[in-house]
Amino acid sequence: MTDGAVSPTTSGAPTMVQLLDASGVRHEHPEHDAHLEPDELLGLLRDLVLLRRFDSEAEALQRTGELGLWVGTRGQEAAQIGAARAVRPQDHLFPTYRDHGATLSRDVDPLHILSIYRGIDHGGWDPVQHGVHPYTLVIAAQLLPAVGYAMGVQRDGAMGTGDPARDTAVLAYLGDGATSQGEASEALSWAAVYNAPVVFLCQNNQWAISEPVERQARVPLHRRAEGVGMPGVMVDGNDVLAMFSVVRSALDRARSGGGPTFIEAWTYRMGAHTTSDDPTRYRDSVEVEQWREKDPIDRFRTYLRAEGVLDDDFEEQLAAESEALAERIRAGVRGMTDPDPVGMFDHAYAEPHAQVEEERDAFLAAWAQHEQDLEQSPAGGGR
Amino acid sequence: MPGPQRFSLPDVGEGLTEAEIVSWKVQVGDVVAVNDVLVEIETAKSLVELPSPYAGTVEQLLAAEGETVEVGATIVVVGDGTAPAAPADAAPQGEAEEGSGATLVGYGTREAPSRRRRRGSAPAAEQAPATQQAAAAAQAPAPQAPAPQAPASDLTPLEVSEPELVPRPGADADELGAQAPGARAAEPVAAVHVLAKPPVRKLARDLGVDLGRARASGPGGTVTRADVLALVPAAPAEPERRVERHPRERHVPIRGVRKATAAAMVESAFSAPHVTVFTTVDVTRTMRMVQLLKQDREFEGVRVSPLLLVAKALIVAVQRNPDINSTWDEQNQVIVVKNYVNLGIAVATPRGLLVPNVKDADEMTMKELAIALGALTATARDGRATPKDLSEGTITITNVGTFGIETGTPILNPGEAAILAVGKIAERPWVHKGKVKPRLTVTLGLSIDHRMLDGESGSRALADIAAVLEDPVRALAWT
Repeated sequence: MTDGAVSPTTSGAPTMVQLLDASGVRHEHPEHDAHLEPDELLGLLRDLVLLRRFDSEAEALQRTGELGLWVGTRGQEAAQIGAARAVRPQDHLFPTYRDHGATLSRDVDPLHILSIYRGIDHGGWDPVQHGVHPYTLVIAAQLLPAVGYAMGVQRDGAMGTGDPARDTAVLAYLGDGATSQGEASEALSWAAVYNAPVVFLCQNNQWAISEPVERQARVPLHRRAEGVGMPGVMVDGNDVLAMFSVVRSALDRARSGGGPTFIEAWTYRMGAHTTSDDPTRYRDSVEVEQWREKDPIDRFRTYLRAEGVLDDDFEEQLAAESEALAERIRAGVRGMTDPDPVGMFDHAYAEPHAQVEEERDAFLAAWAQHEQDLEQSPAGGGR
Repeated sequence: MPGPQRFSLPDVGEGLTEAEIVSWKVQVGDVVAVNDVLVEIETAKSLVELPSPYAGTVEQLLAAEGETVEVGATIVVVGDGTAPAAPADAAPQGEAEEGSGATLVGYGTREAPSRRRRRGSAPAAEQAPATQQAAAAAQAPAPQAPAPQAPASDLTPLEVSEPELVPRPGADADELGAQAPGARAAEPVAAVHVLAKPPVRKLARDLGVDLGRARASGPGGTVTRADVLALVPAAPAEPERRVERHPRERHVPIRGVRKATAAAMVESAFSAPHVTVFTTVDVTRTMRMVQLLKQDREFEGVRVSPLLLVAKALIVAVQRNPDINSTWDEQNQVIVVKNYVNLGIAVATPRGLLVPNVKDADEMTMKELAIALGALTATARDGRATPKDLSEGTITITNVGTFGIETGTPILNPGEAAILAVGKIAERPWVHKGKVKPRLTVTLGLSIDHRMLDGESGSRALADIAAVLEDPVRALAWT
């Protein structure tokens, strides 16, 4: 880099919060510590492993034609699970389409997520019931609503009361590419100016489809926070303990009325952007191999083994649970039926509406005619 | 659900219609588990490995390596294994909505009894919507399938009548839900028409196969090529393409860039009538300018080559002869003349011949163009040219002189009106100021599409290119 700009790929590293290095060795940090009991540590491992199994099964289902598309999480499990375990029930999450770890942690049925990628559902779980918004497919479009929600929390007085069951924070997810969107800048400014109880969790997985992060920013992403007036923290996104600790601190700060935080989780997308993408066309396999050495699950396993927390029995149970999950979603996805097209008229208005009913009748008539035409067409075929 | 399971080629990339079988990872007789890799395929987008949806023994591989297969065609049959669980075995979709006990990861949302109640939501009603939705999804009727429910006599007869018992098209989608392809049992029901595309019908006729006996594994219950081929006893797919190999011959499968190049060249050569004009020019001054630029501090670290000057000359010629930078649009019956130059450079790469192009080359300074050309060719040689680099070109240069020859008659890059071949630049005897002297000369060849360009416009353009190369000062005078 020339003219004094700082590379986003290198210079941030020394300031990165890390409690567990790539080889699974625990390090002390002056501000952060996870303070977790053995069963909580095993809970983290279980979540990481189940999320990876969920992801690999979903990819296989796409490759066998059962899903139209899949957006993978491999490599980013620690960033998502560490954050999910730091969230409280009353908090509200605004995920992107890749944040399956976030969504699964909020009681959303895995099959409901997969139905979106099968193309039979728009992901309309109840965001109020689950405390997690539907997936936002438009890059960065979830961030302003997230800030708005946080400002609503503020106006409800559900912040800074000292009641741990009442004080609420919002966790807004974004990727490195989203920081290039104008909405991301607007959301950061608003959150800072209004001291909204929101935490921006930016999973910097190094690639915005085929654009490397150095084409998105001339400074490390977390330093953008400084410019709008909020703390920016960089954390090893492949270190589940550091993720848990950093996100928990930031959420506590937001709930207590301390204001927003921007977290840059330094991680890597091990797979393709989506199943329609071929990453070998734009990135080097050497880079992928280097990140494989930093695998979030391997290092956590090594640590738990060294601590004597993890034994073979637990591993066996977890492997069985993973396979059961895979079988459940495989059967569930294969058994999914297409929705009744008439259903689209049912959700236009809460109450009956004459014009919609008229349109529905016209649709049914046109559909019947279409079916008849198909049957009579000599070419046959078609649905 | 015993019996063989058929795996059809899925669309793995949102709208693909076909893929090439690159390599089989299993052989007939191999025992496979669910998600074992069966095959590697190459689509228009990427190389992809396909996992097995079934457990069992591989019974048939229905496509050969190197073969291009349509999406929906059966590619492998797996038998005697554990069939995928029927939908009835699936966990009810509403199950996980019951409480945090079913939370997959994390602590869930139901632990704190004193959870903040959100505006506008009554606590009793909180669970209802999603549960209802999930239940509705599970019970939603399948879309009406095209299977005729009315007596067959109501229908217009199809061209081929099928008196045999045949699988009812769409029966699977109708009654069993959207199941795995293998679940589409060919249960005999009352005679209905067989659905198949005309080429498949022809194939069946040619091979003497009764379409009514074929499985209907294609979309909407249609019979596919693979279904027909599966019924040919002596020719189960693979031998179809087996060419006898002579020990002194080498067989190179036609695929990848070679295949794409061939298709592009055939399309171009037999749709655009080519005319090539030639001229030889004294480029001594141009070569002097190349030397000057190399020493210029402004160009420090930038690769300056004769190709840069040729590119500049071509851009100048385009500005004076815009018609050579155009496209024949047969469909819309217009000639599209482009006011921008995306300059293509033919590059020999390990993958084969590629023609990446410099976008908006006409708006670049000499230095910008030099940098862009260097980057473009380096990227292409490294095999990293992106589809965008390779598309939307408007005119092309092929520098055959690097192979030491005089010039050539290049074939147009499809969609372009002109391509310039540049021969070897070398000292040759030349009449200069009344005397024969050794001068640096080059022979240029310009092929044009005679549909929109005549010999006159092609010749003018080539003369302009030559004039600029003979005296680069003209580039200043003309732009």
